[in-house]
Parts: sequence; C-alpha cells; structure tokens
Amino acid sequence: MNPSEFAYQRAGSVEEAIALLQEHGDGAKLIAGGHSLLPILKLRLAEPDMLVDIGRIPELRGVQRTDAEIAIGALTTHHEIATDGQIQSALPLLSDAAARVGDRQVRNRGTIGGALAHADAAADYPAAILALDAAIVARGPRGERRIPAREFFLDFLTTALQPEEVLTEVRISLPPEGHGWSYQKLANQASGYAIVGVGTVIVLHDQGAVADVRVGVTGAAAVAWRAEATETALQGQRLQNDVIAAAADLVDGGIDYLDDLHGSAEYRRRVTRGLTRRAIVEAAGRARQG
Amino acid sequence: MPISLTVNSVERRAEVEPRTLLVHYLRNELALTGAHIGCETSQCGACTVLMDGQAVKSCTILAVQADGASVTTIEGLAPVGTLHPVQQAFWNEHGLQCGFCTPGMVLSTVALLADDPDPSEESIRHGLEGNICRCTGYHNIVRSVQTAAKSLAAGATPEPLLSRDSAQAR
Repeated sequence: MNPSEFAYQRAGSVEEAIALLQEHGDGAKLIAGGHSLLPILKLRLAEPDMLVDIGRIPELRGVQRTDAEIAIGALTTHHEIATDGQIQSALPLLSDAAARVGDRQVRNRGTIGGALAHADAAADYPAAILALDAAIVARGPRGERRIPAREFFLDFLTTALQPEEVLTEVRISLPPEGHGWSYQKLANQASGYAIVGVGTVIVLHDQGAVADVRVGVTGAAAVAWRAEATETALQGQRLQNDVIAAAADLVDGGIDYLDDLHGSAEYRRRVTRGLTRRAIVEAAGRARQG
Repeated sequence: MPISLTVNSVERRAEVEPRTLLVHYLRNELALTGAHIGCETSQCGACTVLMDGQAVKSCTILAVQADGASVTTIEGLAPVGTLHPVQQAFWNEHGLQCGFCTPGMVLSTVALLADDPDPSEESIRHGLEGNICRCTGYHNIVRSVQTAAKSLAAGATPEPLLSRDSAQAR
C-alpha cells in the first residue's frame, strides 16, 4: 500500500509551517510522527498534495513545569508522556492514558499533538485531556490562542483547529497533590483502540466530601465529552456506592452512542456507565489515600 | 528528495520519492528483506526495525522522515555468520514456527531488554503487544525473551551460527 504522490517540505519553525499552510491551502497537511496520518494516506482516505513535516521543530519538543501548570510540547511522544517523571508524578492520569495507546512501537513515534489534532473518536487522550481540563495551544496567522479541552473536540475527526493553525502545546493546570484519578478502558482486542474510555480526576475535602470532580469519556460516541451531569451529582457529596451508581447513570447526558460492529449503542451505554462507576470508585480510593 | 542515513552501520545516500515508506526503501533499494511487510496497517509489527535505538514500525514511517537517523534491521543485529543472544534464545526456546514475525519479535525484544533488562512475564507480554505471531501462541516467545534476558545479563555476545558441538562434529 503506497500513499498517492505528494510534495514534501520540512518546516524549520512554527512560523514557516504556518506560511506553508497558507501558501498551499487545503491540499497541505502537517505530519509529525505520522502515526495518525500515514495509515490514512496508505488507505487513500486522504490524498494531500503536500506534507509539511513539523517533526524536527525544536520549540515543539519537551515538557516544562512551572508552579501552576505543565506545558507539553506537541511533538512529545506517547512513550515520553508515559515515562516522564514530572508527568508521572503531577499528572498520573495522563501518563496512564499514554501508556495504553496502541503498542510500544506506536508509542515511540506517535505524538500527543498529532493524536489530538487527528481526534480519532476511539483515541485515549481525549478522556484524560477533558478530565484534566487541559488547554490546547494553537498558533496561526493571527497569533496564538488557548482552546479549552471542552471546546476542542467538535465532531468525528474534527477539532476547533483552523486549517492554517499549528497545535504547538498542551497546557495543564496542576491538580492538587493527592488528587484521585482513574482511567478505565475497554480496549478493542485487535486494534487496542478504546471501545469506551473514561478518565476522571477527584479532589476530596478533608472531611471526605467531593471538592472537585471532572469526568471525560472517549470512544463511546463520535466525539469525546465531559460528563457534566455526573460531575454535578457528585459535587459536595460523600462517595457512597449509591451516590456513585446514581451519578454514573447520568454519564451520557443526551449524547448518541456509536452503534457499529465493535458494539451496539446499548452495549456502549452499559459499558460507559459501568466504567464510569469503576473510574469514580478507583479515583475516590486514591484520593482517600492522598 | 535526497536522504542520507546509516543502515546497519553503513552510511547510505539515496534519492527517494517523498511517499516512499521506510520499509520499501529497506527492502527494495537495500535488499534488506528481513523487515517484513505483514499487515501494512501499523498493527502486526513484522516490519519492526530499530531507529536510533527505538523499536518502530517501518511501514508507518516515510523514508524522508528517517533522514539522518541510524537504522538497524535484523540483518545488522549481529556480524554475518553469528547470532545475537536474542536470536540465539529464540532458536534455543523454539520461539518461532513459520518465522514471519521473528525479525520484528527479535528487534522488539532487543529494545525491550535495553529498557528493562529483567522484565516480568507481564512486562514481556505488554512490551510485545505490537508484534503479532499467528503460530506459537506466544508462550515460547515469552520464554525466549526470558532466556535472552538471562544470557544478556551474563554478558553474552554474538555466537557463531553453528554451535561449538556441531562445529566439532564436522
């Protein structure tokens, strides 16, 4: 399987990449690790005229931690996110989700920027990115902007990125130390993609009531979502089993479950509720341990 | 598009079409057919090579993306006529039947053991998720990795392809 022909240019900087996108318009696509794009090109689901390789732009690399947040460069690989000490200690939900993307070889090449920009409905990151309330930073001809995670994923393979924008980094405010977290995933046995994935972050008051909770769901629908009704039902509550079960049953909030050969809509609905329950239980347990 | 890279310690220069996949460059231009083409959809791992020391799927990398990199294929793992300790372990433990997945399995194992010289069985199975074998049921492959880990820890180096006993018998 060969991709159709395309021209190839390596961008030395983000500005150069933006200029190339402006010059070539819709026919140009960005490539970094290539692990979302190349499979599509080989299947000829897309036939761009030009690939702009951003894979060697130094400023898109690396993980920076300040007192308030962690900034993760777009070119950071899944393997790097899974094994980076700063991310493991401050954002264990994100490193766990990264460790469960694809397989070892895929994690060595695939990048967080590429995975987010591609926005596969069954990708792992969206659940974590939503639960961590991350900001996606994009730079384009009119400068830089921060897109909140909940405004980023719009539809199947569709994000809030404009055609001439480059996703440069992901910025995540540090959750309090001792927060609880969990990523629950039902993986497709063949591909490893999430049939359903639920990520959650829970912060408890000293007395055990919920001070803050966020739940992100991926895989179950055409686009990942924040389970706001579940969050509202848990806010301020002590996490008894009946409270958790009732809140988990509110996880769908009116979304349309995917119905395909990997699982019917009814199956996905049940799995999503079950995994949401498990995610809250596990995260609450971790929060109690501090 | 001109590229230059190091393949099995030999510097190579080539002119490739941008759409050329690394696995096609290795097989068709350099005749390194140990990198197998299986699923072509980044799942089976038969095309696995080491790029700058990391296990990668060469069917999902453009040759132009490998410009400047150092690539090791199964042919370059040990000097001609010898077996790398990981290859020897796969031989000893019958970690293969048809052999199609074996170059990828061996190279993934080399990378896995470089990161984790003494992996648990669970780490081995998790670490080889990107390599699919349709013959062995994986048990002997896991044993091969365990044996390789032991022999590497004991300082094993590439051995002549014929064992000393069979060489003496001749």
